[in-house]
Amino acid sequence: MIEIKNINKTFGDRHVVKDVSFKFYPGKTNLMIGESGCGKTTLVKLMVGLHEVDSGEVLFDGQNFPKLSQVEKQDIRKKIGMLFQGGALFDSQTLEENVMFPLDMFTELSKEEKLERVNFCLEKVQLVGKNKLYPAELSGGMKKRAALARAIANNPKYLFCDEPNSGLDPKTSIVIDNLIKDLTEEFNITTVIITHDMNSVMEIGENIMFIHKGENYWTGDKTQILKTTNKELFDFVFASEFMKQVLSATNK
Amino acid sequence: MLLYRVFSKPQKLSIYIRQIIFEINNIGITSLPIIAIISVFMGGIITIQAAHAIDSPLVPLYAVGFTTRESIILEFSPTIVCLILAGKVGSNIASEIGAMRITEQIDALEIMGINSAGYLIFPKIAGAVFIFPFLIAISMFLGIFGGYLMGVSSGACTSYQYLFGIQAFFDPGKFYYSFTKVVVFAFIITSVSAYFGYNTSGGALEVGKSSTNAVVYSSILILLFSLILTNIFLNT
Repeated sequence: MIEIKNINKTFGDRHVVKDVSFKFYPGKTNLMIGESGCGKTTLVKLMVGLHEVDSGEVLFDGQNFPKLSQVEKQDIRKKIGMLFQGGALFDSQTLEENVMFPLDMFTELSKEEKLERVNFCLEKVQLVGKNKLYPAELSGGMKKRAALARAIANNPKYLFCDEPNSGLDPKTSIVIDNLIKDLTEEFNITTVIITHDMNSVMEIGENIMFIHKGENYWTGDKTQILKTTNKELFDFVFASEFMKQVLSATNK
Repeated sequence: MLLYRVFSKPQKLSIYIRQIIFEINNIGITSLPIIAIISVFMGGIITIQAAHAIDSPLVPLYAVGFTTRESIILEFSPTIVCLILAGKVGSNIASEIGAMRITEQIDALEIMGINSAGYLIFPKIAGAVFIFPFLIAISMFLGIFGGYLMGVSSGACTSYQYLFGIQAFFDPGKFYYSFTKVVVFAFIITSVSAYFGYNTSGGALEVGKSSTNAVVYSSILILLFSLILTNIFLNT
């Protein structure tokens, strides 16, 4: 489990994360939702140590990450998989090399065992047979799936996904969402997903935190979100015509 | 601080060795054609200029070979070729690492628990420090060979005079001076370029700026250290 307690972060005179607390549970898809620029990505970067917190605690199974030594932090990071918004695949490596990279760095598996694991991960994300392609040869959806394969290659205990379906068509988005949900449940991973896509929220939102202007405004799940009375969340959720129709259909 | 991370203990030696071999090829071997072309031409040019400058009958014509050798070994190959490599290799390193920074590839390495500075920069420094002396040795040979071709074919001197000249008053200690400079310049080019690339933030425009800064600062530092090392080794 990951727990954040009273996290604060300022950049210059901008207070971008304000006293945020939340619990992310293993085996569940934990979602961070909110408008663009509300502080979601910053919060995740604070959690994984890419930015330093001004105050507060980030507890990975009880260990306060910001207070750990570099060596202890690296030990925790070896258990983290992260899916970046743009994929962040290594351009100079093939898909196979990308997925094998964490195995090369942190395991003593034989070449055959590593290849077996790579193929297993590629099968999970439906990219079988694409081993020798370079990132530049992949479509946006394939890049996301490839990045997900790399993120799960080393059996992560914690999985962070930064807008996993941004820029994807609705069908591919659902494929990615369900992949993440299935992997989370199958391997009991503590998964943290950043999104502002309401389709994703309704598809996989089991434990949701709504962030507004750097603050935790609301927590709940996908069934509760439709009945919210929180004004900011209501405006966010029912901004689209589609969601307004969902609301009116639900109220009938 | 960055250099401390670069030179901290490798997380997996076999991976680092693989990367160093890759960089020796990427930085060194791929630079051979440009070095070869420039060296042969510059050797020829230096020979013609030396022959043109020697218009006194009191100066023997073997001085053409002697001047070419001294110019190439002392300054052209170690300094001018390294300035050219600062342009080719330095901009390549800065833009490669800079692009990795803005596309979050470096963040990905960090989150995996990898010392990104060590993994990305150390093999480049080690590869360059290893391969640059060989490149410069080849440049010296080709420069002197180019001088021979031009000197003899243009009639500036005879083959015997040129070959006598390049062997005259030879001090092997000058190689020590030249190759010390090369090792220092290899370190400057790779570390300065990697620094600018690693600290890139923003987008494609900033990657371009990092690449430009890498070449400019590497070149200035090469000239500065050339002066310092020349003063240390030769001004005695």
